[in-house]
Amino acid sequence: MEPPTHCRAGATLPSGQEFLQSFQHRIARAFAGDTFEPIPLRCQMAGAGVQQPHAGAQAGPRVHANWSPYDDNGGTCVAVAGNDYCIIAASTRMSSGYAILTRRSSKFLKFSDKCLIASAGFQADLLGNTLYYKRFFPYYAWNLCAGLDEEGKGAVYTYDPVGSFERVGYSCQGSGKDLIQPVLDNQLRAASPLLLPAKNWMSSLPLDQAVDLVKDAFVSAGERDIYTGDWVELLIVTKGGIRREELELKKD
Amino acid sequence: MAGFNFDLCKRNSFLESKGVKAPGYTKTGTTIAGVIFKDGVVLGADTRSTAGSTVADKNCEKIHFIAPNIYCCGAGTAADTENVTGMVASQLDLHRYATGRESRVVTAMTLLKSHLFRYQGHVSAALVLGGVDFRGPHLFTVYPHGSTDSLPYCTMGSGSLAAMAVFESGYKDNMSRDEAVSLVDRAIQAGIWNDLGSGSNVDICIITKGKVDYLRNYKYFMDKTYVRKFPVCYPPGTTTVVREKMVALKDVDVIEGEASEAMVID
Repeated sequence: MEPPTHCRAGATLPSGQEFLQSFQHRIARAFAGDTFEPIPLRCQMAGAGVQQPHAGAQAGPRVHANWSPYDDNGGTCVAVAGNDYCIIAASTRMSSGYAILTRRSSKFLKFSDKCLIASAGFQADLLGNTLYYKRFFPYYAWNLCAGLDEEGKGAVYTYDPVGSFERVGYSCQGSGKDLIQPVLDNQLRAASPLLLPAKNWMSSLPLDQAVDLVKDAFVSAGERDIYTGDWVELLIVTKGGIRREELELKKD
Repeated sequence: MAGFNFDLCKRNSFLESKGVKAPGYTKTGTTIAGVIFKDGVVLGADTRSTAGSTVADKNCEKIHFIAPNIYCCGAGTAADTENVTGMVASQLDLHRYATGRESRVVTAMTLLKSHLFRYQGHVSAALVLGGVDFRGPHLFTVYPHGSTDSLPYCTMGSGSLAAMAVFESGYKDNMSRDEAVSLVDRAIQAGIWNDLGSGSNVDICIITKGKVDYLRNYKYFMDKTYVRKFPVCYPPGTTTVVREKMVALKDVDVIEGEASEAMVID
């Protein structure tokens, strides 16, 4: 069957080795003062076929202009800090473009009994991490760090991909953030902790109501965001430890 | 038929070069499929339409009317599929008035492909056209650039691979009506569950000699998985009244009788 779009010559995907070389070319050129070629996001990492014959290998580094080292695997995470608890929740779908890579992959990393991190965006594997580590590229991930602080109060730290962070009362990151964050703003209406005079910026909701709100936020985001679905995993941190809950979302 | 107006092309390309972004449009990242069986054609479609990664419509209609004996599933830009099928439907309607005969599926196919070819793929409609005329059942795929295929089973849209996998494993010649409906249903569901551009419900359309069964929401998957235990209630007065103005309505005719249902406010 004929594909509905044109396939341009020279737009084939690079092999593993060429991928590294083109990387080095790009870095070298970026450091030499050349402008870094803008590369469209959402190319498919999983599709970087190693076996693919490469027609334009000799044509120079420009051949790879359509290729991106980044992907966005989607997904949404939410964290809410309360007086003596902290809820952190994340959907479990991992996708690339229109494809579901897996329906159940946890976005959490546990640091201790009182501290967790949830990460949406490019779920780079170990190889990816190692490659990126020394290469001055930012991690293409949006993180939430949540847990209890030294006083036992809920704490949520929200990060941008290049390391700027802020302690907040609640936050949302990932593909569903445009849908969920305004709802949290409306329902929790916590002011920024930087405001003077200081205002109460933590969620004043009791734990069961906050859990209810987070669940509803995910179910509703799952209705409209194609990258949020399958399941949502909730981790509830209290002084007693971490409790895990799970809720089904739509699978389509 | 009137053509498009290209007056603003030059202006828009100038604006684009200055960094102005053109407005986006709604795409129906889609699974559509069709199959020929013993007595006719079965068409199927999912019901999700998307704008980027957001679901624009959770229950849209992608099986379009072409003629009483011909229907057409559309994938691609929603506006293009709706208008191109509408245009062909009205041309065939006039043709039936002029000739007094039932429309043929090839006629619809030829009208579609000549329009799409003229616009060199810019009218982005990928179609599955099916119908039954005096020569029997017909099924075509029409690509956005104007090429066509005549096939016993076919799929289109972003979920076409998922749906085709089901067809390739389950298709048989001379299926019964129930077998064909179940096969198309499974093909569309493969798209709904596995392709993120497709989702929500299954629409089915069965066309046989002299009869069409349009089964809207043949399968319905829209139930929510969680209902809030603490629903939000906004008490009266939540919205601040900034200004109040009373207007005395003069010259109002009062008509006696019962209000229609649509006008009753509880």
